[in-house]
Amino acid sequence: MSTLHTINKSPYAHNALSSCLKVCAMNDGILLLEDGVFGALISAPGAQELQILIKHGANVFALVNDIKARGLEEKVAPDIKLIDYNTFVQLTLDHRCVQSWY
Amino acid sequence: MSKKILLVSRHAPYGSSTAREAIDVALAAAIYDQDIGILFMDDGVFQLLKDHQGKYINQKNIDSMLSALALYGIEKIYVHQESLDNRTITTNELILDDLQLLNSIDVGHLLSQQDQLLSF
Amino acid sequence: MFKVGIDMLLHNPERDIALDKDGYLINLSDWNKEVADALAIQENILLTIAHWEIINLLQEFYREFEISPAMRALVKYAEKKLGPEKGKSIYLLQLFPPSPAKIASKIAGLPRPTNCL
Repeated sequence: MSTLHTINKSPYAHNALSSCLKVCAMNDGILLLEDGVFGALISAPGAQELQILIKHGANVFALVNDIKARGLEEKVAPDIKLIDYNTFVQLTLDHRCVQSWY
Repeated sequence: MSKKILLVSRHAPYGSSTAREAIDVALAAAIYDQDIGILFMDDGVFQLLKDHQGKYINQKNIDSMLSALALYGIEKIYVHQESLDNRTITTNELILDDLQLLNSIDVGHLLSQQDQLLSF
Repeated sequence: MFKVGIDMLLHNPERDIALDKDGYLINLSDWNKEVADALAIQENILLTIAHWEIINLLQEFYREFEISPAMRALVKYAEKKLGPEKGKSIYLLQLFPPSPAKIASKIAGLPRPTNCL
């Protein structure tokens, strides 16, 4: 069973996302929320690693409310799935454990 | 039935109460005979340095409290090697000599084997 | 950390000592051997050499780890420092009934355990 990693800090200011990417397994899920959604930007630190993980089967999500709130909808990298709060809850059920990187 | 629980401690001591809270949870959970492990990663590895003198900032010594883990039956203590390397910390600078050093891939495996993760 | 109010006074020959609602010392610096005797009497315990050995052990535990021990840790520590005969719950229970870690910590003048659930 896989782990859901949640990241709530901007990759421009914190190592939460980069630490997660180091240990994340290919079948894990990554959810960007709060300031973590800045990690969904095409140009963000870690964006390339995220794309590589996605190509290898990992699921990367960003909370759409946090994306919209920050005016980032047009800047999100391809293949990052925008999800709402209900889907967030469902994800926590679909994964064995949740590790929050903050 | 006891659950396999891993505490992930990633924050430096003293700057916030996060590190201390992880220890309190570990000691409390151990009393209930849960299967506890602790992973130190990122700035969390700074907790493991020897000879803290918290009295200078009116704090209890985190390293002293961590030394008690074995007496509480918590013997699975993991440290992320790369986090040590990035901070040029060597293992002989650390309290506790029965630490298990893990590379990033090992940490990934460790996370996937748990019933419950607690992130600190 | 939070401040606790004085709920009780321990009557002592020199002066009264402030205790919280569960009988723990409010100012740890108030502790001395006479205070320990008085605290023990409140728990219906008359301190003997065997009791003092455990009280000293608890204070050593606190100096080393800066926490008041839970039962399991106290038993293990007693076993390590005093040998297998004394590193047993039953031995500690006879000295400090009904809850050795809690009662002996209180008499030893340790802060109340933060992780006693």
